[in-house]
Order: sequence, then C-alpha cells, then structure tokens
Amino acid sequence: MLQWFIVSLLNGVSVGLLLFMLSAGLTLIFSMLGVLNFAHASFYMLGAYMAQALAVHLGFWAALAAAPLVVGALGAVFERCLLRRVHPRGALAELLLTFGAAIVTGEAVKLIWGLGPLPATLPRALDGPLFTLYGAAFPRYRMFMMALSIAMLGALALVLRVSRTGLVVRAALSHPSTVETLGHDVPRVFTTVFAAGTALAALAGVIGAPLAVIEPAMADAMGPIVFVVVVTGGIGSLSGALVASLVIGCVQTFAVASTASAGGIAASLGIALPDAWRALTVAQLAPVLPYLLLVAMLAARPNGFMGERNRDA
Amino acid sequence: MLKFAALIAALALPPVFIDQSWLLAYLAQTATLIVFALSYNVLLGETGLLSFGHAVYAGLGAFAAAHAFNRFGVPLPVLPLIGGCAGVLAAVFIGAISTQRAGTPFAMITLGIGELVAASVWLVPGWFGGEGGVTIDRAGGPPLLAWTFGPSRQAYALIACWCVLSALAMFAFSRTPMCRLANAVRDNPARAAAIGFAPRRVRFTMLVVSAFFAGVAGVLSLVNVELVSAESVGLARSTSVLVATVIGGTGSFFGPVIGAVLLTFFSVAVANVSAAWPTYLGLFFMWAVVAMPDGVAGCFTRDVRGLALRMVSAMAWAVVVVVVVETLYARQARAPGLPRGAWVLAAACALLGALLARRAASRSGIRSIADNRATSAR
Repeated sequence: MLQWFIVSLLNGVSVGLLLFMLSAGLTLIFSMLGVLNFAHASFYMLGAYMAQALAVHLGFWAALAAAPLVVGALGAVFERCLLRRVHPRGALAELLLTFGAAIVTGEAVKLIWGLGPLPATLPRALDGPLFTLYGAAFPRYRMFMMALSIAMLGALALVLRVSRTGLVVRAALSHPSTVETLGHDVPRVFTTVFAAGTALAALAGVIGAPLAVIEPAMADAMGPIVFVVVVTGGIGSLSGALVASLVIGCVQTFAVASTASAGGIAASLGIALPDAWRALTVAQLAPVLPYLLLVAMLAARPNGFMGERNRDA
Repeated sequence: MLKFAALIAALALPPVFIDQSWLLAYLAQTATLIVFALSYNVLLGETGLLSFGHAVYAGLGAFAAAHAFNRFGVPLPVLPLIGGCAGVLAAVFIGAISTQRAGTPFAMITLGIGELVAASVWLVPGWFGGEGGVTIDRAGGPPLLAWTFGPSRQAYALIACWCVLSALAMFAFSRTPMCRLANAVRDNPARAAAIGFAPRRVRFTMLVVSAFFAGVAGVLSLVNVELVSAESVGLARSTSVLVATVIGGTGSFFGPVIGAVLLTFFSVAVANVSAAWPTYLGLFFMWAVVAMPDGVAGCFTRDVRGLALRMVSAMAWAVVVVVVVETLYARQARAPGLPRGAWVLAAACALLGALLARRAASRSGIRSIADNRATSAR
C-alpha cells in the first residue's frame, strides 16, 4: 500500500509539474495580454513534433534546446502579425482567433507529419529505472522531467522577480500606459511574453512527449485539461495554477492506479446505484475526474481557487 | 421578410424540381445546421457568450428524444419538442454553474463541462448506446394521416417545416425586450446590473432559450440520420456550429444562416475535391476572424471598391494556400504533386497579394491619420 502510494504520488507530481509548465505559460500570457490562448496546447504539440524532427538530425539534447526556441519564434510571429490586429476588438475576437489557430495547427501537423503516431526517442542516459522503492521501479526520465520543470519555473520566477526585464514586464502587466510613457516598447514586451509562454508550452511538449506517443490528437487531449487547471486555479493566478495542476496530476494518477469501483464505493456508503453505473471503476472515471473537479470548484467558488473576486470578468 | 421568403424558397424549391436522395440529405443537413447556428447566435451574438459546449444540449436532447420515440412511441412531428425540453433541462443544471461568469471564464467552463458530458456518455453505454449510439426507425412511430415519415421526402418536409418554424420563433424572440436586455448585458454588464437587471439571470435565461432550440436541432439531425451517438455531444459538433456562426457573422440575425449554408457546402463540395478541406476551413475561419469582424453577412454593406479589392487579394492568397497545402498533402499521401506551373502561379499570386496588402495598409493608414485629424479638430 505504502509503495503504491509513494510511486503514485511521485508520478502524480511529475505529471502535475508538467501541467504547471503548460498552465504557467498560459497564465502569463493571459495576465499580460488578457487573452486565453486557445492554441496553447497546439504549441505544446508543435514542440513535441519539432523536437522529434530535430532530434533525428541534432540529437536529443540539442533538440531539447532548439525546439522551444523555434516554436517561441512562431508564437512571436503569430502575436505580431495576427493577434495584434485583432486586439482592439476585445477578448472574444482574440479567443476566436487563437481557436482558429488551434484548428489550423492541428491540420498542419497532420499535413506535414502524417496521421500516424511517432515514437519519442529517449537518450540512453535517461532510459531505465532511477531507483527501486519497495520493489517498484521509478524511471529516471520522470525524475529528469521533474528536475527540468522545477529548474525552468525557478528560472522564470527569478527573472520575473529580480531582473530589470522582469520588472518592466511586471510593470507593463498592471500599468501598460505608464510604462509606455517611460519609454519602454510595451507591444514588444507583449510579443516577448507571448513568445516565452509558447516556448514554455513547447518545452513541456518536448519533455512530456516520451510519456506517450507523438500524435495529432495530443493537443486535443491536453488542451481541455490545461484550461481546467487554469480555471480551477483562478484565471490569471500563477500560484492557483500551481496548486490546481499538482492536484489534478495527482488525482488522475491515483485514479488510474486504483482498483476501486463505483459500485463498491457506493455500497460502502450505503447507496445503491443503477446497474449502468455500478460496474464503473475509478480507473475508468479518471478522464472525467478533472472536469468533475472543475464543476465542484465552480459550484463552491465561482472564481476558482485563487481567482479575483470579479464575476463579470 | 424577404429573407424569410428566400429561406423558405431555398428549402422548398430544389426538392420539387430535382428528385435526388443526396440533395435531400444535403438540404436536411443544412436545415439542421441553420437551426443549430441560429440557436448558437442567441448566445454568441445577442449575449456575447462564447460557448465551446453547445453540442451538449443538442446531443442530450437527441438522446432523450430517441428514447422517448423508442419506448413511448411519441409521434415524430412533436419529437423536436421533447428534444427541446431535454435541452432546457440540461441547460438549467449546466447554466446554474456556467452563467455565473461571462467572457473568457464562461468559454472555458463550457469547454470543461462539454468534455465532462462527452466523456460521461462513453461511460454509460446502457443509456447512451456506447459505440453504436442509439438508433431509431422513423417509420416505426404512429403515422400522421397518410405520412409514415419513412421515405426521405416526408422526413425532409418535417425537418424543413421545423427549421422554418424555429427560425421564425427565434426571429420573434430577437425582437423581444428580453433580447434587448441581453444585448445590454453583453455590452455593459455593470450598467445593466445598476439599472436593476442581474446579468447572471439574463445570461441564464438566454442560455435556456438557446438550449431549447439546440435540442430541436439535435432532434432534426436524429430524424435525418436516424442515429444519435457519442459524437453528437462531442467537441467537434460544438466546434462546427461555432465556426458556422462566426463565418456567417454574429452581428445580424441571418448571419448564422449564411454561415450554416457555407459550412455545409464546404463540408460536402470541398471535401469531394480535396481531402485537406479541414485545413482550408480553418484558414478561412482565421481569415474571417481577422479580416471580416461581421462575417460574410457584414461584407455586403461595405463600399464596393474596397470589397472588390479585398476579394481579389483574398483570391490571390487562396491560390497560394491551395498550392502549398495540396503539395504537402500529395507528399504525405505519396501521390504525384502539382505541376511546376502551379508554383509559378502561386508566386505571382503571392506577389499580387502582398502588393494589395500594402496598398490596403497605406489606405487605412491615410484613413486613420484623417480620423486623428478629425478627432483633434473636434
């Protein structure tokens, strides 16, 4: 029981950190530009594909560095050429534009790389178990994922808190017109933030891809979960996103690993379920759980875990 | 009223002259999407709520109607009412949570709830039929006079009648004070609240009305294909109605109708020519969002010269896009690519498009300078 718990917890935290890397970029872009980038998961997928294509020529480590840069540049172009033109028309138009970008990216990936799944390659140094805990092996790659996520997010926090660039970015976040008066190019700051956010998403795609296969459906699988994380945590709140992604990562991992069934749980609570529901196992419910969590959270706190109190936002 | 006459004529006349089953299927699909898109515009256009889970109401309505038809023998002509009521029921529960917020949070919540419902449908095969879905035999119900609704012409007549009825009902609704209130909540929720109308309740009412017609649309699709499956509640259905509404234009009542006609045309005609049609649709959608804020319906009111210039520019870019996409597709499908002449043509078109874009930019630049002068003069 204990070993099952610890291994599941570690797996859950590694998934949660990956989710946070995605939602951090999304939150950063949202609090800066006021647009929830619907295409965020598409940039995640693009990162995975790009790394796979680059790894063939350059090797894993170079691709790990290059793919986020390439995708970040694509994000900057998207912001500069399209998003900025729609910006004066408000958040709804921007959301629609990023939604269109998500469709187009999904189709473009199918056109360029094909419909079939591609295997993600692992370097030999990261293959194999790191340690065995009460007989259960913990893969090295998961530890690498966790370390890289924490390092990346630490660096991000440090840049935002300490450096001069971070200062300008944070100031432009709350008082864009004042910052512009002081002689900083605020639109360029916006583009930079958008590029950084998409690069983070791409990095998450690069390191998250080996957990599964690289396929055109991976954006559709990841996208809604990331939005659930962001809404549950409270839109625009980084700390809320951190808590929500860890919770959702753990909940999903534990649900997949558990053997309980809905009928059994209901019976122990003294409730009789209809036949159609009784045979359900918690593992089957795993894909639904994040959304149930979202509904429960919104019913209790409409603004999310750490959202601001503004109902008509 | 002229537009309604055009809609009725477009639905009624083709089957009279051409007796082809594909035409009936195509028109029935269009009629269904027209109702669906109009119901979606009650949310997006009138209330300013962007929903990614609108298919939930249509799909659940269709499931409820299919069960009512199979178990209780409800006559087919009133089946859309059952679907509408089921949609309303779903909207009462879902709306209690989702309409607390507006704007971006509302969109994300509907996405989450839509995914929740879509995933739950797979979990309970006893109710929702699992992979096969729930089927009906539309000739199996009680006949109305001599009509059994088995032949597709009779079924199509039913669908077309319900389409026109729903469109008229929604048009009447769009002229009510309730709808004006929704516009106020869309444009300035704080002010609407200040004069005594809680934005939440207005949004909730609009969602319920919209869900009713979405349920009707779901049943029309059920009558057409005699099947409702898990795809009917999925994100793909919600996406298609969103795309249709935005392309057509949310600003006018008939915008979504145009969008629905365009989208069905796209999905039938272009899909016949090229397998890469979702790419074209996606690019067209993005172009519509950037260049046509009021959709296709909004294009008709602009100055003719500007419209012509934009059309030429769009055509030029379309040629470039088609050449690039088809080349990629041919490479992917290991089919012979386009002839080299196509690339020359594409390059020429790209040049033309770039020139026109520059011209348009300088024109709008001059206009914005003039606007600035006018403002400062005031």
